[in-house]
Amino acid sequence: MALKKNLALALAFGLAATALQAQDMRIGLQEDPDVLDPDQSRTFVGRIVYAALCDKLVDISPGLEIVPMLATGWEWSSDGLQLTMTLRDGVTFHDGTPFNAAAVVANIDRSQNLPESRRKSELSSVTGVEAVDDLTVRFTLGAPDATLIAQLADRAGMMISPTAAAAAGVDFGANPVCSGPFSFVERIQQDRIVLTRFADYWNADAIKLESVTFLPIPDTTVRLANLRAGDLDMLERLAATDAASVRGDADLSIAQATSLGYQGITINVANGERANSPIGQDARVRQALSVAIDRDVINQVVFEGAFAAGNQAYPPTSPWYNAAYPVPARDVDAARALLAEAGYPDGIDITVQVANNPVQQQLMQVIQAMAGEAGIRITLEAKEFATLLSEQTAGNFIGSQVGWSGRVDPDGNIHQFMTTDGGLNDSGYSNAEVDRLLNEARTSNDIATRRALYTQASDILMADMPIIYLYHQVWIWALDSGIEGFVPYPDGMIRLQGVSMTQ
Amino acid sequence: MLAFIGRRSLIAIPTVILISVFVFALQKLLPGDPVLVMAGEERDPAVLEYLREQYRLNDPIPVQYMIWVGNALQGDLGISLRTNQPVLALIAQKLPVTLQLAVMALVIAVVIGVPAGVLSAYKKGTWIDWLANVVALSGLSVPNFWLGIMLILLVSVKLGWLPASGYQPFSDDPLQSIRTMLMPAFVLGTGIAATLMRHTRSAMLSVLKSDYIRTARAKGLAEHVVLIKHALRNALVPIVTVTTLLFGELLAGAVLTEQIFTIPGFGKLVVDAVFNRDYAVVQGIVLCTGIAFIFMNLLADVAYRILNPRMRDK
Amino acid sequence: MSTLTADPRRAAAEVLPQRRSRIWRKFRANRAALLGGVIVGFFVLIALLAPLLPIPAPTATDWGAVRKAPSSAHWFGTDEIGRDVLSRMVWGGQASLMAGVVSVAIAVFLGVPLGILAGYLRGWTDAAISRVTEAMLAAPFLILAIALAAFLGPSLTNAMIAIGLSAMPIFIRLARAQTMAVMTEDYVESARAVGLRHGPMIWRYILPNIFPPILVQATLTIATAIIAEASLSFLGLGQQPPAPSWGSMLNVAKNFLEQAPWMALYPGAAIFLVVLGFNLLGDGLRDALDPRDH
Repeated sequence: MALKKNLALALAFGLAATALQAQDMRIGLQEDPDVLDPDQSRTFVGRIVYAALCDKLVDISPGLEIVPMLATGWEWSSDGLQLTMTLRDGVTFHDGTPFNAAAVVANIDRSQNLPESRRKSELSSVTGVEAVDDLTVRFTLGAPDATLIAQLADRAGMMISPTAAAAAGVDFGANPVCSGPFSFVERIQQDRIVLTRFADYWNADAIKLESVTFLPIPDTTVRLANLRAGDLDMLERLAATDAASVRGDADLSIAQATSLGYQGITINVANGERANSPIGQDARVRQALSVAIDRDVINQVVFEGAFAAGNQAYPPTSPWYNAAYPVPARDVDAARALLAEAGYPDGIDITVQVANNPVQQQLMQVIQAMAGEAGIRITLEAKEFATLLSEQTAGNFIGSQVGWSGRVDPDGNIHQFMTTDGGLNDSGYSNAEVDRLLNEARTSNDIATRRALYTQASDILMADMPIIYLYHQVWIWALDSGIEGFVPYPDGMIRLQGVSMTQ
Repeated sequence: MLAFIGRRSLIAIPTVILISVFVFALQKLLPGDPVLVMAGEERDPAVLEYLREQYRLNDPIPVQYMIWVGNALQGDLGISLRTNQPVLALIAQKLPVTLQLAVMALVIAVVIGVPAGVLSAYKKGTWIDWLANVVALSGLSVPNFWLGIMLILLVSVKLGWLPASGYQPFSDDPLQSIRTMLMPAFVLGTGIAATLMRHTRSAMLSVLKSDYIRTARAKGLAEHVVLIKHALRNALVPIVTVTTLLFGELLAGAVLTEQIFTIPGFGKLVVDAVFNRDYAVVQGIVLCTGIAFIFMNLLADVAYRILNPRMRDK
Repeated sequence: MSTLTADPRRAAAEVLPQRRSRIWRKFRANRAALLGGVIVGFFVLIALLAPLLPIPAPTATDWGAVRKAPSSAHWFGTDEIGRDVLSRMVWGGQASLMAGVVSVAIAVFLGVPLGILAGYLRGWTDAAISRVTEAMLAAPFLILAIALAAFLGPSLTNAMIAIGLSAMPIFIRLARAQTMAVMTEDYVESARAVGLRHGPMIWRYILPNIFPPILVQATLTIATAIIAEASLSFLGLGQQPPAPSWGSMLNVAKNFLEQAPWMALYPGAAIFLVVLGFNLLGDGLRDALDPRDH
């Protein structure tokens, strides 16, 4: 009996192994993800792995609407203080633990109370969660929070097996157990993360691959070479300058989506002593720098036109973009006039720190040349990213070229940066009216109301300009032409539902 | 000889202590808060402070050092801040990878470098000497990362002969493992081979001019006996020294080579760890490399004594 | 050292001037070494004359001519933001040559005296120097360089310091080993027997005898150092933009291999030639300086 069972198992494994070789999808990542625990995770690239590993309460559509995932429906109370979610029936975690209201309660509790959890601020509005019945869960909020549902569409809403979480505690990331389409097999740091198809997935019909292997390959040239050599089936973040050559390759195809984030220059306006610079103290100087830059030329020269020029926290295509301030054309005379008005007819000297990677340096060299013609003489300080981040938080900078990966809810791109106590407000900007507008925008679930508030806030920000926005990255994926069904999302994730491969 | 080895091992202890102090000093010199780097886009001050406490980053450096040394003596090198994995497990995972790369590279280097050097010295001034020099110079003049990328483009993309990157454990599939490692080992080995060839040539030239070689020849010994038994044996002293010294170069080269070919070894681990301020990992690796290097030095000294009897009395 | 008289001091004094002219004769007869000298001289001259040459500024950009192939207007083509590659080659040569020479100078001037002291005095001095050398060698050079660059901030100067310091142990060990070998030679032992003091001993016997291998190593190391600068640039830790060096040019060019191969071709060729030059030169010097060659 036992022998028979073993034989059957062996056969099944043998078959699975054969199929596995045929249907293993190999995806090249730009970085090695950090710890694979949704509550402790911090990196963008980690979220790409979660998209295959961990389902969330809700997901987003390519058009950024919130759509059902593990929750099939949700409803807000009229005062906006209660969110009731109906959960999907028949879902199990990879270890067989059933998914239900109690599991959601345990997950939210872990996200809020695990000392190492990075999800605390995302769930700060939640004061209680209760299981109404087995498949209904109710969130109680201390104050209305329009951003909560978008948080639940990301890591804060990722459901991990409560059994595994209780057993592993803080070391959950060594062997993550979720409920997504693929389950964890192994990870060799800096080499590979292997996931295999989860047979009991609730949406198993949409999963056409047997396994998926994520391979971190930081060098863009090498990543593309691997794809061309057939060692990868797909890669994320193709260099914009390689897009044309990939398009010309019959064996490859391209998918792209404008990101939710931005790149810009953060100016130190009130973060310590180094804020005492002409550009830190006078908004006209910041406006002069902004208008001295030709954003379209940047896009053409550095990104071969593949990215999107921008001047706000949202790309011009976003519903939250303030149309009263279109991307400005370059105007050197206007820049000089603004400088003269601010009392610097002979121009100014500033230093801008930039990460020591070739693309950001190319960007800043172009800006350096452009600003120089308008009398703003930029000295570049190349820094390692770790140093750059520390200096920026400490206020030891005049200008700092950094970006933000972007969030689904508009609040995520602006509130932390522009409010007085914002966690990422490195420029030190503070304006009571902006604080009021952005705080109020958080509390309303009405889109029109929120849009009006964000527009008012950006009217002020476009004049004060603590961050000079430059462009919006476009996610570019390069795929083997045998891959079908891949849908690009603006969040840059790779969703494998519906994706198939023909060899 | 045993007493000598024992004495040398004792001498190594202060070196290891020096290395550990050096690593600790370095981490305080580095700007950049590890916890902040870990945080990336999410900087919840309460969590950051909790982690600083957790990893004892708020303690004075001497205290951190003593704790680390205490744990290290018990075989605990701490855990990676980035992935929460124990450093010792990480090192155990990476060690065979880099070792395989280094051994393959060294084999390639010795197989090319030493015969080329002997031949070139023996045929000094002929076209063979010239050719060997040109080849060696080419190996030295091409930057490693450049050669790597060129080879990937040529061998993997255009010809499709070898995989562009990736790593197969030797125990899983030895043939595939050697195949994936062949290009990186070649890239790493060429520079070493060139250096080795030049030192072999230098050493051989010196020896070939010496009196006892003339004596050996005058005695009518066959040329290959003179060359191999007398000349090469004596030239081996500097060659062995250089080869041991090249161990460090091999590790340094592995750092770059592993970056290009994305080989999950020591080099890649340590570069990423430095950039991410993952101190526990940096400390662990430098300590292990240090011990490995000291071991190599010991080997060199032993070889030195065996090959050069005059040194024994000193 | 062809003759050995009873008084080694006089022997050395007599032999040296004679040797100098012989070295020069031998060096001139070595065509390969002369070629090396010419190549190195050519690049040094170009680098020194950079401000006088009729070329555009190395940082002058032209948005209309981004990554354009070589033409009559731009002999070597243009780079990723429309700068003249020829001009950047010329100016970049300064940085790359500096990186090679300065870092080796650091290594030699710190390393050789320490190595001689260790090999000559032996005992505690040797133990201390050797331990520190081993500790330094134990940290692979790129890790030291990365850490230094991170500490000081990435720049050409810091790259040179990092390369110099990491090359130093090789010179310490080489000088020590050579000194120890020289000390076992009969003529040194006899010089010691007649009571020659430490200073003259090192100056007359040790230095001239360890000089050839040090010179060979230094030449090789200049070449290695130029490549090391390129390698550090590969990690973003060498020369910083907008100033050029061959290494940083290669680093950027690797992203445009398909679209703009000329961006990689010329700096690559220049590195190759200069390294070749230094190696030929070093070989020639080695042969010319070899004291045992008569």
